[in-house]
Amino acid sequence: MTIDLAIEAATTRHMLDVDGMSRLEIERILDRAVEMRAARAARAAREHRSLLERETVGLAFYEASTRTRVSFELAAKALGATVVDLGIAGSSVVKGESLVDTLRTLERTGVTTLVLRHPASGAPYLAARATGMSVVNAGDGMHAHPTQALLDALTLREALGPLDGRTVAIIGDVAHSRVARSNLHSLVTLGAQVRVAGPAEWAEGFGTWSGVAVAPSLEDAVRGADAVMTLRVQVERLSTEVTDFSLADYIRAWRLDEPRMRLAAPLAPVLHPGPTNEGVEITSELANGPRSLIGRQVENGVPVRMAVLAAAAGMPGVA
Amino acid sequence: MSTQRYGRLTDAPAALVLTGVRAMDPGTGSDAVRTVAILDGRLVPVDAVPADAERVDCRGLVAAPGFLDLHTHLREPGGDGSESIESGARAAAHGGYTTICAMPNTEPALDDPDRVAWVLGRAAGAACRVRVIGAVTTGRAGAALTDLDALATAGAVAVSDDGAAVSEDHAEHALTRLAVLGLPLVEHAEAPALAGRAVMREGHVATLMGLEGWPAEAEASVVRRDIALAAQTDARLHLTHLSTAAAVDAVRDAKARGVGVTADVTPHHIALTDEWVAGAREFAWEVSASPALVSERAYDGSCRVNPPLATREDALALLEGLRDGTIDAIATDHAPHSPERKLVPFNDAAPGLIGLETALSIGLAAVEAGMLPLMTLLRALTTGPAGVIGETRSLEVGGVADLVLFDPAARWRVERSALASLSANTPLMGMELPGVVRLTVADGRVTYRS
Repeated sequence: MTIDLAIEAATTRHMLDVDGMSRLEIERILDRAVEMRAARAARAAREHRSLLERETVGLAFYEASTRTRVSFELAAKALGATVVDLGIAGSSVVKGESLVDTLRTLERTGVTTLVLRHPASGAPYLAARATGMSVVNAGDGMHAHPTQALLDALTLREALGPLDGRTVAIIGDVAHSRVARSNLHSLVTLGAQVRVAGPAEWAEGFGTWSGVAVAPSLEDAVRGADAVMTLRVQVERLSTEVTDFSLADYIRAWRLDEPRMRLAAPLAPVLHPGPTNEGVEITSELANGPRSLIGRQVENGVPVRMAVLAAAAGMPGVA
Repeated sequence: MSTQRYGRLTDAPAALVLTGVRAMDPGTGSDAVRTVAILDGRLVPVDAVPADAERVDCRGLVAAPGFLDLHTHLREPGGDGSESIESGARAAAHGGYTTICAMPNTEPALDDPDRVAWVLGRAAGAACRVRVIGAVTTGRAGAALTDLDALATAGAVAVSDDGAAVSEDHAEHALTRLAVLGLPLVEHAEAPALAGRAVMREGHVATLMGLEGWPAEAEASVVRRDIALAAQTDARLHLTHLSTAAAVDAVRDAKARGVGVTADVTPHHIALTDEWVAGAREFAWEVSASPALVSERAYDGSCRVNPPLATREDALALLEGLRDGTIDAIATDHAPHSPERKLVPFNDAAPGLIGLETALSIGLAAVEAGMLPLMTLLRALTTGPAGVIGETRSLEVGGVADLVLFDPAARWRVERSALASLSANTPLMGMELPGVVRLTVADGRVTYRS
C-alpha cells in the first residue's frame, strides 16, 4: 500500500503544501500567476483557455468555503478544464462512505485533478497516496493552505517588492491556523523574517520553527514590520474551549487597529485571509482603509490557482 | 504466502543437532559457540543423540531461549478479521516467540473466568503458548472491578485495562487485591485529561503537522501515581509500553527505593520517533541528514499508536533504560488493524501497529548500531518478560526445548507476503531489516522453520 509511493510521486504532481518548494519554484508559480492574470484581464487568454482542456478537476470541499471554492472553480474553467463539484453535503459522505472510497469513486468517474479541503490535517496526503489523481490541497485541518500562502506571497511581493530581509508579522490564533503554517514556510523560503504573536496558547510552539520568532506582544511583533497579517479568530473556540482569556481580553490585546499599525514601517500594509471578523481581529477602519490588501488578496486568488492547477497538471514551463 | 510455510506444527523431531551455534542464555549469562542437541523435545547432551540424527550447520547463527511477549492483541473473541488466535500465534512463531500474553481488550472483554478459559482452550494447538491477561474492570469500562480471584483461578497471569489506565477510583483497591493474589497489574499509563484528543506526541513535529499533541506528562503523571500506590500496597506493578524519558526516570528512581515495579518498552518506541509521522524513516539513533520535513509519506495511519511515537531523546532514554536494567522487557503491543481502520485521515486511524514479526529485527538494528548489547536485547525478549509473569527461560541441558535460532546478519524485506499476521499495519513496510528466524521450537515442538 505504501511501497510504490516513490514511483507514484515521481509521475504525479501534487500541491500538498509549500514546505517542500524551493524559492525558484515558488517564484515561478507567482510569475505564472501574473501572466495568467494579465491574459485573463485582457480577455486574450486563448492559449490559457485550452491549457487544461483534457483535465477534469473535482472539487471536494468537506468544509464550508466560498472564496476558495469559487476561485478554484473559476481558475479551472478559465483554463478549459471540466469541473465537477462534489457538493459534499448532498453526496454519499453523509451515508458513511469513507473518504478514500469517495475519492476513488471520483477518480473512476474520470477526475484527474482533485482539489480537496478537509477538516483533518493530512487528508490530502492520504488522497495522494490512495488514488492516482493529482491532489491540490485547498486547506487541511490546522496544517496547510498552500494556495492561500502563494496568493499572500504574490500580494506581498507586489506591495513590497522582493521579500528578502523584509519583516512580516503574523498575529492571532497561529496554533490552529493552516494559513499561518503555510505562510511561515513560504515567507521564510522567500527570504522574509517572520514574527508571530498571539495569546500564549495560540502562539507557543513556533519558537523552534526556523526563521520564525515568537514576539511577546502585538506591539513587539508589529514594531518596524514591513507588513502585518492578522488571522481569523474562531469566535466559537473562545466559548467551547478552555482558554486563559476571553473575547474581550483578545480584542484588548490583539486586535489590529490604526494606532497599533503606526508602530510598523510607514505605510506598511495589512493582510487577512478572510473572512474577517471586523472588530475582533481587525478594526473595520483598518480592514477597509488604505493599508488594506485584503481585496487584492482575493483578486489574486484566481490567477494563483490557475498557475497551481496548471502546474499540478504538469503543463510545460510551469513549476 | 503459503499457509504451510509458517507455524507448521510438526511432531517433535526425534532428534535435531545444531552444530556451531552461538548459544546465548540470558538466564546464566553464558555465551558460547557449541552444539545444541534436541531429542524428543528436550535439550540433551550431544552424545545422547543417535548418530543418524539430522545435523544442521549453524555457523553464524544465534540460539536463544524462546521469546515471550507480554503484550499481544489477538482480536479474538470478536474482531474484524485483522487477526485471530491462530494467526497471531503463527506470527509469533515467525518472530521467534514461544509464548504470548493475550490482552483483554477483545469484544467482549476478557473480564470473566469463562472467557479466559475460552481463549486458553482455543489456543491449545496454536503455534505458541498463549497466556491470558484478564481485565481489571468489567468490560474495561472502569466502573466495577472484575472478580480478580476467579480470573487468577481460571489461569490469567496478570490483569490490565490496556487501552486505558486503571482509573483513579479503582487503582488503589485493585492493587490491594492484586497484592494478596500475587498477580501483576499491567498498566497502560495515560492520563485522559492530559492526552485529550491528541493523536501524536506534543512537540515541534506535531506543531509542523497541525496535529494535536500529547504531552509527556500524560504518561509520567500516571506512572508516578501508580508507583506511589505500588509502594503503599506492596502490589506488583508492571508498566507497559513506556515511551518517555520522564517515565524511565520515575521507574529508575522507584527501583532504587525498592518498590516492586517492572516495566517494558515496545520495539517501535525505542527505534521510531515522532518524525516518522511526518514521513521520516530513520531510526532514532541514526543522525538525520535533513531537518524535520513533512514529506509525501506523512500522515500515514500506520504511524498512529498509543502512546504516540516520541522524540529522539525519549527513544534514546528508553534504550538507556534497557541497558541499565531499569526496563525489564521489550513487549510488542502487537496491534493488528484492517486497512479500513488505517487508510483514513490520521486523526481517525485506529491506534496501534503489528510487532511480533519485526521485534527481533528492530532490536538487532539497535544492536548493530551499538545501542544495545546483544545479550541485553535477548534478556529483554526472554528472561526479563518471563520474570514478570513468574516464568523462566533457559537453554540448559535437561530442560524442555524452547528456543529460537536466528541469523542476526541476514536481511529480509518487510512486505505483506513475508508476514504471517493477517494484518500489515506497520510503517516498517518496504524496509529491509536485519535478523531472520530460522527455527522456533516451543515446548519441544517445531513451530516455525525456514
